[in-house]
Amino acid sequence: MSEVRPTDYGTCPTAAEPLPLERRLRKDQRHVFDLIPGGARVLDLGCGDGALLAALCDHRGVQGYGVEIDGDCILACIKQGLAVVHEDIDEGLAVHPENGYDYVILSQTLQATRHPRRLLQKMAKVGRASVVSFPNFGHWRIRLSLLFKGRMPKNEVLPYEWYDTPNIHLCTLADFEDLVRAEGFTVKRRILLDIHGDPLQSSRCAGWRASSAVYLLGG
Amino acid sequence: MGDTQSTAGDDGVGEVETQLVELFTAEAPLRLDSGATLAPVTLAYETYGRLNAAGNNAVLICHALSGDAHVAGVHPGKANRGWWDNFVGPGRPIDTERHFVVCSNVIGGCSGSTGPGSTNPATGRAYGLDFPMVTTADMVRAQRALVDHLGIRRLASVIGGSVGGMQALQWTLDYPQRVESAVIIAATTRLSAQNIAFNAVSRQAIMTDPDFHDGNYAEHGVTPHGGLAVARMMAHITYLSEEGLQDKFGRNLQDRERFSYGFDRDFAVESYLHYQGSKFVQRFDANAYLYLTKSMDYYDPFPDAATAAQVLAPVESDYLVCSFSSDWRFHSSRSMELVEVLLRHNKHVTFQEFQSTHGHDSFLLDVPAYKATVKAFLDRRGGGP
Repeated sequence: MSEVRPTDYGTCPTAAEPLPLERRLRKDQRHVFDLIPGGARVLDLGCGDGALLAALCDHRGVQGYGVEIDGDCILACIKQGLAVVHEDIDEGLAVHPENGYDYVILSQTLQATRHPRRLLQKMAKVGRASVVSFPNFGHWRIRLSLLFKGRMPKNEVLPYEWYDTPNIHLCTLADFEDLVRAEGFTVKRRILLDIHGDPLQSSRCAGWRASSAVYLLGG
Repeated sequence: MGDTQSTAGDDGVGEVETQLVELFTAEAPLRLDSGATLAPVTLAYETYGRLNAAGNNAVLICHALSGDAHVAGVHPGKANRGWWDNFVGPGRPIDTERHFVVCSNVIGGCSGSTGPGSTNPATGRAYGLDFPMVTTADMVRAQRALVDHLGIRRLASVIGGSVGGMQALQWTLDYPQRVESAVIIAATTRLSAQNIAFNAVSRQAIMTDPDFHDGNYAEHGVTPHGGLAVARMMAHITYLSEEGLQDKFGRNLQDRERFSYGFDRDFAVESYLHYQGSKFVQRFDANAYLYLTKSMDYYDPFPDAATAAQVLAPVESDYLVCSFSSDWRFHSSRSMELVEVLLRHNKHVTFQEFQSTHGHDSFLLDVPAYKATVKAFLDRRGGGP
């Protein structure tokens, strides 16, 4: 039995031997992970089973908090000792304090929210910086699919039929950057990813070539 | 609260007994928030499972308004199982194979611990309304003496629903070094005007009963049964949801085919409430009901931002906050107010709302997702011994 000991509050417990990152995270999550410095206060919106948050806690010693709407995902987070709030991110993140976090993460979720603009504004309010990743609807395969087949695209990144997709606010890189500019945010980093989740070597014709992207935004 | 469900299939913690312990002395009395002192103080409590050598695997359960120390198992010769038997036992969410489980009756109550029905050592008669007012913090202070008495060094968790949740929260504020985690279920940090209004009507029902005699009904050889039953009937409505009552009773008539066109109990729901009221008065003391509802009304650990910052600064506990979709007594938004203040002060907090049609009473029932969450939290990585 262990000795009576104080608890690290606000931070996640550390496993004795955490799994290597490449086994814990999807490739696109790796790029989000790499943007977060050690010890930061992090809010992960739509944190799912908590894989990214747990990796950040174990490997980066962040103070991690999740927001999730699905009960099974919340249960998975609790089992890992993560702090997670049952909340609909479209409802306005009401319980989160202003400037309460260093980084607010929205990983592959923006396109599934009802009010993306309002959410980005709220993220800027509760966090000092935002990390947003989303699929690029301007990728050449999607453009060609629409041009030649005349149908809404379906692929590995966007696997749903148009009538039952959770992705109700798809956008291109240019669309997103227009919104970001209009809202007065600055793009501090932009990581362009190919269809396999690996970074593109150059940003030439990014709007055509990037399958998805990760943005680091500041106020 | 409402009827608890028994768990079929295994025997849970089996046969148990309520024990009594006398704590505090005239030289070192229990000092209450009101400034009054109390000594000696009897606490009725039950324990299940075994305390480990480090003294850190204990789970303290705090009961709700009308609960008692008998959480789980059966008393010898009795059929009724404890009020949270479905949650407490080997392999259950509060696992007695892992945890040493403790529950005590609150002071000011009437199920074995010192309360207004106890004998006042100064007069040799029952305290009645001479009993000092007790607060949630006072109840917790008494529980802490019991925890010390049992040799518990650090509580793996303090768990409670409704006013039990308020006690669990208070534990983390008053003894931050002694509490690893708290599970706060269907609770709030402060009663709303509506909550207080319901309590006020309950108290009026009791105090206007002709048998109340300013709380000295024991000396008159009577009890204000009528008033206490009405108080319970009304409160019971607030523990259920409109949908739950409708599903269970609708407009069904009780033991009759047509209306009486009089003031008999025509409807099944009337009969049910009368049954709840009459059952309650057999086991609960009217004065205790006054004291315990008043302690709820007073509770407000975060009256303003500065106080919240001050009392939360030393807190180290992990929190699990749970609410139920149909609870209108303490709505989910009340739980979220607690989550908000905890997040504002960097506490490790998890919040989940569960779907249930059973209103406030859901916290006692077999809601599978809720049970799974409580179990996962107590068994979580990095949590507990």
